[in-house]
Amino acid sequence: MENKSVSLRGKNILGLEYFSPDEIELVLQTAKEMKNIIHRDIKKVPALRGKAIVNLFYEPSTRTRSSFELAGKYLGADVINITASSSSIVKGESLRDTLLTVEDMGIDAIVMRHKAEGAAEYAAKVVKPVIVNAGDGAHAHPSQGLLNLFTIRQYKGGFKGLKCAIIGDVLHSRVARSDIWGMRKMGIEVHLAGPRTLMPRFLYEEEGIFIHDRIEEAIENADVINVLRIQLERQKSGLFPSTREYARIFGLNKKRLSLAKKDVLIMHPGPMNKGWEISPEVAYSSNSAIQEQVKNGVAVRMALLTLILTGGKNSEIID
Amino acid sequence: MKLLIKGGRVIDPANKIDKTADVLIENDKIAAVEENIVADDAKVIDAAGKIVVPGLIDMHTHMREPGQESKEDFASGSRAAAAGGYTTIAAMPNTKPVVDNSILIKGLKQRAREDAVVNIEIIGALTKGQKGEELAEVGDMSQAGAVAFSDDGHYVQKANVLLNGLDYLKPFHKIIISHAEEPTLVEDGIMNEGKRSAMLGVKGRPAVSEDIAVMRDILLAEYADAPIHIAHISTRKAVDFVRQAKKRGVKVSAEVTPHNLTMTEDMVDLTDSATKVNPPLRTDEDLAAMIEGLIDGTIDNIVTDHAPHAEEEKDREFRYAPSGFPGLETALGVLLTDLYHTGKVDLPLIINKMTAAPAELFGLDKGTLSKNAVADITIIDTEEQWTVDEDKFYTRGTHSPFAGRKLKGKPVMTIINGRIIMQDGIIIE
Repeated sequence: MENKSVSLRGKNILGLEYFSPDEIELVLQTAKEMKNIIHRDIKKVPALRGKAIVNLFYEPSTRTRSSFELAGKYLGADVINITASSSSIVKGESLRDTLLTVEDMGIDAIVMRHKAEGAAEYAAKVVKPVIVNAGDGAHAHPSQGLLNLFTIRQYKGGFKGLKCAIIGDVLHSRVARSDIWGMRKMGIEVHLAGPRTLMPRFLYEEEGIFIHDRIEEAIENADVINVLRIQLERQKSGLFPSTREYARIFGLNKKRLSLAKKDVLIMHPGPMNKGWEISPEVAYSSNSAIQEQVKNGVAVRMALLTLILTGGKNSEIID
Repeated sequence: MKLLIKGGRVIDPANKIDKTADVLIENDKIAAVEENIVADDAKVIDAAGKIVVPGLIDMHTHMREPGQESKEDFASGSRAAAAGGYTTIAAMPNTKPVVDNSILIKGLKQRAREDAVVNIEIIGALTKGQKGEELAEVGDMSQAGAVAFSDDGHYVQKANVLLNGLDYLKPFHKIIISHAEEPTLVEDGIMNEGKRSAMLGVKGRPAVSEDIAVMRDILLAEYADAPIHIAHISTRKAVDFVRQAKKRGVKVSAEVTPHNLTMTEDMVDLTDSATKVNPPLRTDEDLAAMIEGLIDGTIDNIVTDHAPHAEEEKDREFRYAPSGFPGLETALGVLLTDLYHTGKVDLPLIINKMTAAPAELFGLDKGTLSKNAVADITIIDTEEQWTVDEDKFYTRGTHSPFAGRKLKGKPVMTIINGRIIMQDGIIIE
């Protein structure tokens, strides 16, 4: 570890606004060690043996939930999944009561995905187990923000002075907000672009954050482009006229990509709307790190779980 | 039965009185307000160093009766009112069922007489079921004693329906209270739309939704030459619209809540739904406009919008918690602390907005210490320091955003019909 005085032990992972650059650095360093484990034949270490983690998911999710589940299991923790559709939640049990029930079972950490902004923070007030926010409404998705940083570091070697374009539905994107917090803390310039109806009206431009009407302006000379997922169900409420028009004016295609730096890194939190928000040739180009992000996601989540549950002191067990 | 309140600073805005004097009550009426009254047979209340004012009036509360008595009923709500220094409150009709007929008006007035310790006025729904489609029987309800009409909680979206209401009610001399908020602009919004909602990723309720609605309702009132009262005004532009309309003679009035006079969106905490309220807490600029509007007369009265909810409804995810919190027991303390003691608003003005002004606006025979007026009186200690403790509330509502706050100033006695109902925060049964 670079900075021995930094510890995340017992810290609720609620949003990157609550992280210091040193804490982010600690997670990224730890994730690097964790990534080695994923490449092993036997992907199991005893770092979290005896710890119990619950994935409490109020919204459907494939990659985030399984990423956290595997992260816990690779580290030897006992992991259970509770999803809204197959639990007492459908009987009308309140979030508070569900949390208290989980707490009584001796759970050490609760990884929580919820539609309501602030739900993870609320959970942290209600129960003692460490809370990891796996997405709360359009507010935050800190582990995604961290894995994006990890991926950028992997390809770019560092952060300072990089230009990152975040394209698409910023209004509804927890990924965008976590990126903004995380990237600004690490010295990356953030350029946002997309339809004005998908841009928060009061997301003001402050130091290092720029808002553009034309995505070409955001992409120009960019080191990193993060394409956000457009939620089709929102499209029905008339926030943009059609997917066809979106593709023509705001879609990331090869032509637009040529405005960016030659070695630009393409990211996407997934799942992708290929063909209109991002063209397949861009999504699968050599500049794309979209598949690598998935792998990095597991490593970053392994790092987070280890750091919050053991402070990283068991890291010697890993090797 | 005689009561003599000795040596207090008497503030009676209706009679432009602000002086040290004694107040004599005989039976249930004010007998005299003079210096050095001698009445040997009277029970004497020492009010030296205290403020003696007409009983406070709150024209916008939610008593939850009928239908949701577990949240609040006339018994609990009226005790909360008395504890807060109020002697008269008005109950909004967005109950279950909606109060949209004279049977309910009469029934509720009867219930109030039986269960309540303060005077409770009943506001009827303007439209059947508050659906905004057809006028409710507002004439019949007027004759049954409804004090005003409102679809509070809902904007009357159809302009022709509101216009019909304004025209129809003119001969009945009853005011329509408008919940001014254009609904398509606030769908799913849970706090003010602004910088804070943008960073929290929360859907906001933009100020323009209120601005548009207030402007339309002013234009309709002007066209009908009938009175309209804007409920819980909260935006700078809406205050400006009311100000301009008043200047050109439109019969428009407006009310504001203590929280929109003292709190901003920066205080919204997504882990505690106490700050979830509609209209939402706005910006510093809006707050300054509320105070300016209060002082220059644009805003006529202060109301609590007392909106109690059950603990389990409020103690949950911010997004799913209902809007509103109990305000009757904290209103005066908050206003004295944040407006009077900070020098922003003087005491007689605050008292006027809570007594004489609402009485005059809604045609109530109250809010004054005139001779022979009903002896509804509140005695206030502006210097007493106290901490808001929800466990001591009489309301069944919880999640006050003021819980735990240290306040300076509170009502120490509430007298209704010449009888002491509350003393030192305790309801006398």
